Amino acid sequence: MATVKSAPVLALKGLKKRYGGKLVLDGINLSLAEHEVVCLIGASGSGKSTLLRCADLLEPIDAGQISLEGERVAFEDRSADGTRRKLGIVFQGFNLFPHLTVVENVALAPRVALGLTQAAAERRAKELLKSLGLAEKAREYPDRLSGGQQQRVAIARALATEPKVLLLDEITSALDPVLVAEVLETLRSLALSGMTMLIATHEMAFAADVADRICYLEDGRLIEEGTPQKIFGAPRDPRTKEFLRRVRSISASGAKRRAETRVKRTVRAKR
Amino acid sequence: MATGSARKGLLVATLSTLVVAVLVAYTIGSSPAWPEVQKAFFDGRYFSTSLPKVAGAFFINVQLFVLAELLILPIGLLIALARSITAPALAPLRIFATIFVDFFRGVPSILIIYVLGFGVPALQIDGIPKDPFFWALVTLVLIYSAYVSEVYRAGIESIHPSQERAARALGLTRVQALRYVVVPQAMRRVIPPLLNDFIGLQKDTALVSILGVVETFKQAQILKAASFNFTPLMTTALIFLIITIPMTRLVDRLAAKDRDAQLGGTR
Repeated sequence: MATVKSAPVLALKGLKKRYGGKLVLDGINLSLAEHEVVCLIGASGSGKSTLLRCADLLEPIDAGQISLEGERVAFEDRSADGTRRKLGIVFQGFNLFPHLTVVENVALAPRVALGLTQAAAERRAKELLKSLGLAEKAREYPDRLSGGQQQRVAIARALATEPKVLLLDEITSALDPVLVAEVLETLRSLALSGMTMLIATHEMAFAADVADRICYLEDGRLIEEGTPQKIFGAPRDPRTKEFLRRVRSISASGAKRRAETRVKRTVRAKR
Repeated sequence: MATGSARKGLLVATLSTLVVAVLVAYTIGSSPAWPEVQKAFFDGRYFSTSLPKVAGAFFINVQLFVLAELLILPIGLLIALARSITAPALAPLRIFATIFVDFFRGVPSILIIYVLGFGVPALQIDGIPKDPFFWALVTLVLIYSAYVSEVYRAGIESIHPSQERAARALGLTRVQALRYVVVPQAMRRVIPPLLNDFIGLQKDTALVSILGVVETFKQAQILKAASFNFTPLMTTALIFLIITIPMTRLVDRLAAKDRDAQLGGTR
């Protein structure tokens, strides 16, 4: 997808966030154009999740500013609840409401936060579920669903307020590989439909495939950003290189170990 | 075989219970003063004459605890919510709720009944009711709202913060998140302990007898005083048991169901 040059939908400027004395975000500058898909990569603890939570106004920031469609927004604003409706977020742990059915989970925010009628909210929820291939699960409770289905319901729920940006926080980390594929497929079609997304992920292949831009985070700093070709093909910063080298060596050594195990097994079988 | 061992288990349980029951009955029955005690506490004649009056007066207890429970449910919730408010501007509300709970949980019920039931009407303020039933009701509501608010609060705090965060992320306000996401989930969890407190409340309706409300315990005391026989009190005890035992079993069943649901869930 080509990057459209227009005013950014979401812009973070000089974002700083402290937990206790520790600086978790150290001057993050990042902006998303309309229809742009940006992937955040980096080791656990690099600040990806904190960045998303701060961008969603779920936590106050210590310095810097956040703009949504050109307007400054902040956690402390009286209008913060209204701003959150324009931002969708999906968490690693799904966080569906277990006492509500799938369709009620999705319809809750349109009804309560947007003030739609019950019927209109349900209609919207059902359309969303249908588009995500979950129509027949509408009346089920979340705990009857597989992890992948639950995560797709969480995506539908986040989309129900028609957000300008969708923030996704390592949403496949709690899923087994088959279910990961199903959720990533959903994200891919969302990207194709033009949804603006900021995705924290450990799925490098997916990031390379779907992102317009990759941002590498380390110790709360944005070390390097660029197209997937540039970041994965020819990273410039030594820290980015080192991170990617480690990621690759882990998957490579995994493959090597698996091969060794196979050899040992065959040897044992022959004895 | 499973059915065989189950039958054997039932047999052993029945036998051992029977042996214990016979031993207890023999010990009590063979005590030197048992005939007198039996006459004083378990006299069939006094039982049948006291039953209609004691049972009739129990209607007052039923009125008391039903009215009290209807009031306690919302008041307890409001106090619990007041205690979980974090907004600095509303701190006085939180402090008031905390003091309320500390006080009414900390002072013996009977003292509060004395103070409110005799003290407040004695102020002779115009418009303040003097009816002992009214003050009995107020006292029970105050004491048990304090207890029930703690049950609610424990329930609210047992809901993982990620639930509230998910609701807030959707653009719900804090109040909306509590109302639609946190409190409904907390409610399910608090039903067994809530009913447990209500069993306590039902028994404590007997305490208001000291204000002169002729409820079942007071009625039994009147009959006892007239006949010098304690059997009417046993009649009252029996009536309380008839009400509270089914309730206790219900609490057990609900708690067990809750446990199964927790274990069976994927979370």
